[in-house]
Amino acid sequence: MGGVAALRYWRGHPIALLALLYLIAVASAAILAPVIAPYRYDAQDPAAVLQPPSAKHLLGTDELGRDVFSRLVYGARVSLSVVVQVELLEVLIGVTLGLLAGYFRGRWDALIMRFTDMMFAFPDILLAILIVAILGPGLHNVFIALALTGWPSLARVVRSQTLSLREREFVESARAIGLSHTRIILRYILPNLLPTVLVAVTVDAAGVVLAESALSFLGLGAQPPLPSWGRMIDDARQLMRSQPLLLVYPAVVLSLTVMSLNFLGDALRDLWDPRRGRR
Amino acid sequence: MDLGMGRYVLNRLLQAIPTLLLISFLTFIMGFLAPGDPIRMILGERSDPQAVAQVRRELGLDRPWYEQYARFVWNAVKGDFGISLYNRRPVGDILRESFPATATLATLAILLAVTVGIPAGIVSAVWHNRLPDRLSMLGVVLGISVPNFVLATLLILLFSVRLGWLPVAGWGAPEYLLLPVVVLAARPSASIARFTRTSMLEVLQQDYIRTARAKGVPERMVILKHALPNALLPVVTVVGNAFGYLLTGSFIVETVFAVPGVGYKSIEAILRRDYPVIQATTLLFAFLFIVVNLLVDIIYTRLDPRVRFGTNR
Repeated sequence: MGGVAALRYWRGHPIALLALLYLIAVASAAILAPVIAPYRYDAQDPAAVLQPPSAKHLLGTDELGRDVFSRLVYGARVSLSVVVQVELLEVLIGVTLGLLAGYFRGRWDALIMRFTDMMFAFPDILLAILIVAILGPGLHNVFIALALTGWPSLARVVRSQTLSLREREFVESARAIGLSHTRIILRYILPNLLPTVLVAVTVDAAGVVLAESALSFLGLGAQPPLPSWGRMIDDARQLMRSQPLLLVYPAVVLSLTVMSLNFLGDALRDLWDPRRGRR
Repeated sequence: MDLGMGRYVLNRLLQAIPTLLLISFLTFIMGFLAPGDPIRMILGERSDPQAVAQVRRELGLDRPWYEQYARFVWNAVKGDFGISLYNRRPVGDILRESFPATATLATLAILLAVTVGIPAGIVSAVWHNRLPDRLSMLGVVLGISVPNFVLATLLILLFSVRLGWLPVAGWGAPEYLLLPVVVLAARPSASIARFTRTSMLEVLQQDYIRTARAKGVPERMVILKHALPNALLPVVTVVGNAFGYLLTGSFIVETVFAVPGVGYKSIEAILRRDYPVIQATTLLFAFLFIVVNLLVDIIYTRLDPRVRFGTNR
């Protein structure tokens, strides 16, 4: 789809555009955290505990005198780093297996699909919790758990897309002029999988942000003083009576992030795959 | 029950076995690789080496891993999961005590989700792309996007802390049920509403609906009598799957509201490294999830005469 059509699309869908802008802001905050945040996420100031919002502390301070705005910004960094690592690993496993299964069919296909079926017969969050229980709590183990549980859905989407791509004329003609499988896959199949993969990754990212924050909330993910939004919400629960805003800030930022990723996923699907889009 | 049905069920049961074995193997390795000696954890650090050796022999922990695994699976089939390392109670008892709370929450939540989701989906489809549709789709987006624990804490903040209408957390009286059930129902309500809407929109475009309208059947009857039963058929699957997730995914809600259910026990056990309890709760959840999904598929094949068993893929 051309750039002009894409531009027109975003103008016609203000909510999708807002979601995109919000996500760009969050991602920039995550990448530029040391520049944007006025304080370090673990910098404590015993003289300024539970301060209300002020010029010095934009959103006030928490029970240890840490700047809430800075912790939110670094929280974005935690979320983004988990999302990027999980999605990279998922794409590596899911695209490779899905592509091989869909392109070569046969015994490998049956084996890989049987395995993904097995993974599907089990609730994701339970498997993730089990893996964290085996490896021990911590952000790194959450990343491993989420990647290991997330790739089967990607493998399925990639497989079915590859199945239809390999029957298309341009692939058949590539085969007819005697190109090798490697070349056909790299030149003709892989580039055409890109939209499908991007949509799947965006939608999946919403789930990853959610799962990371949930595991951190339960105490199984990011360990103190690392500021995961889920962790911040858990900490703020103790002070809910006197300091409700400490709870509201990370709750709003987190919910908006998940929502924006869902909106963006829908928008990308509309944009690239109108047949399967909005009904 | 005809022969095809019986074979279908048997097939599905056989397919579930490798999954259950994989899960049981994962949970077994977890206990096997766990740091610390479980016997010393039970008997205490400064126990007599001879007593330790004897208990080790009695529990079969001196046998090779594959024998231990076989024994683990066999005991689990019999409902024996050993004793908790934390409070030395039989794990089977802990499961029996905590399951009713989880089942109660899941059942009430799915009832609420169906009561909210299906009418919302119908309204959306009937007033397609108009205000009621927009509103209910906004609700769907919120239901899917706002994390469980965020909704839970915000509701506690509003109704328990600010307004003081409901207890913050706990179990044992009806007023404790309301908030956890609402939180659990949010996500399934959203997916049921979205699915009902899609399904209803598809049915409303079909020829027999046009025929009914042309015959002069009142619009109310067209929607409720002619369209709805067919539109609801695929929704059965969504409701069933949602129930499976509710039954096995209430870790967060039970933890936030201090509900003494299986999810709460399981998180507690993970944080205490109480391996027998982690193993038992995981296996129970895996088993329930698989059984519920199997039942959903069976019910669906009974309801929809177009689905033929044995011909899948």
